[in-house]
Amino acid sequence: MLCIKCKQTAWVEVRRHHSAFCRSHFLDYFDNQVLKAVREERMFTQDDRILVAISGGKDSLALWDVLLRHGYQADGLYIDLGIAEYSDHSRAKSEAFAAARDAALRVVELEQDYGHGVKGLAQHARRVPCSACGLSKRYLFNKVALEGGYRVVATGHNLDDEVATLLGNLLHWQMGYLSRQSPVLEATHPGLVKKVKPLFRLTEQETVSYAIIQGIDYVPEECPMAQGARSLVYKEVLNLLEKHSPGAKHNLLLGFLEKGRPVFREVDNTELRECEQCGQPTTTPVCAFCRMMDVVRLREREPRSGQRGRRPHAAAPSSEAVMTTADG
Amino acid sequence: MKVHIRYPKPQTYEFTGRKTVQQVLDELRINPETVIIIKGDTLLTRDVTLSEGDEIEIRYAISGG
Repeated sequence: MLCIKCKQTAWVEVRRHHSAFCRSHFLDYFDNQVLKAVREERMFTQDDRILVAISGGKDSLALWDVLLRHGYQADGLYIDLGIAEYSDHSRAKSEAFAAARDAALRVVELEQDYGHGVKGLAQHARRVPCSACGLSKRYLFNKVALEGGYRVVATGHNLDDEVATLLGNLLHWQMGYLSRQSPVLEATHPGLVKKVKPLFRLTEQETVSYAIIQGIDYVPEECPMAQGARSLVYKEVLNLLEKHSPGAKHNLLLGFLEKGRPVFREVDNTELRECEQCGQPTTTPVCAFCRMMDVVRLREREPRSGQRGRRPHAAAPSSEAVMTTADG
Repeated sequence: MKVHIRYPKPQTYEFTGRKTVQQVLDELRINPETVIIIKGDTLLTRDVTLSEGDEIEIRYAISGG
């Protein structure tokens, strides 16, 4: 297979675009797709301070790499979820990436600030780990960005993530989620920071190819908490479709964003207010994160036989919890 | 040729004779949409023919959560 640009040996095939690229032209393609998303969706400009949510995986590090190479003011935020060796490993990769590029990485430790890692939160709140994790991350992304004066939070969600979420929302006709699914979520309240997903036009295959070509040392292991996650089943189904019908994932997502979302948007009449406990924007009197923490505190106090030395819950997160581990 | 899968569980497969990447993936029942193929410091497309002494890694691209 030859590169469609220069006729050299292709390294990466992009079937949905009837294309294949050599090393150099694949990097051009990847950059162009990110920059196109940023420009067409009006995500941010060179003047904006951007907080990139970093997990240590291929997507977030690839995104940060592209933004830094193109001169964006992009700092990283790593949330240490307290998932034993997995968190240690992913944190070390994230810190090494930042140090090698002289970029600033903020680190928040869930266990230090909230008394539990994601496993403990999930157990006490009786949620599945991915639910407790997602809720905690969304809360902290906004909180840290707001406190740090960032205009935008950028996450590494790619086309596969987005189309899997779309399939899940369609299967359950989640009207509210469908109305809000977008590569850009505007700051519709003074307490909200704009959220963007600059990789939404690129597949996981493409982000891992980019990471390998760029020599990015990412965590290839799956999060141990994500085993059996429904999103993985949706991705498997969608990739089976993609195998037999190249472009199926792209068409479903991009078609939805262009033609489907405007219809669902009409049902989105949520009004935001400030959480009575933490002040962050929410649709209910107390936000979902504070409600989860209330349940966790309640369950911590319940006597349970055979339980040993439990950690006391930290009273409230402090702004000192956000520390800069690498100077920009 | 040797085919390594390092994640999530390290496995090595050996094949004899010449095969394309696509044929290797078909024999291992792996959907080509879910992986990339690494040989040394290069990436391979599925039409590339592998020879007897070649060594490649199949790296899964899919992550969840």
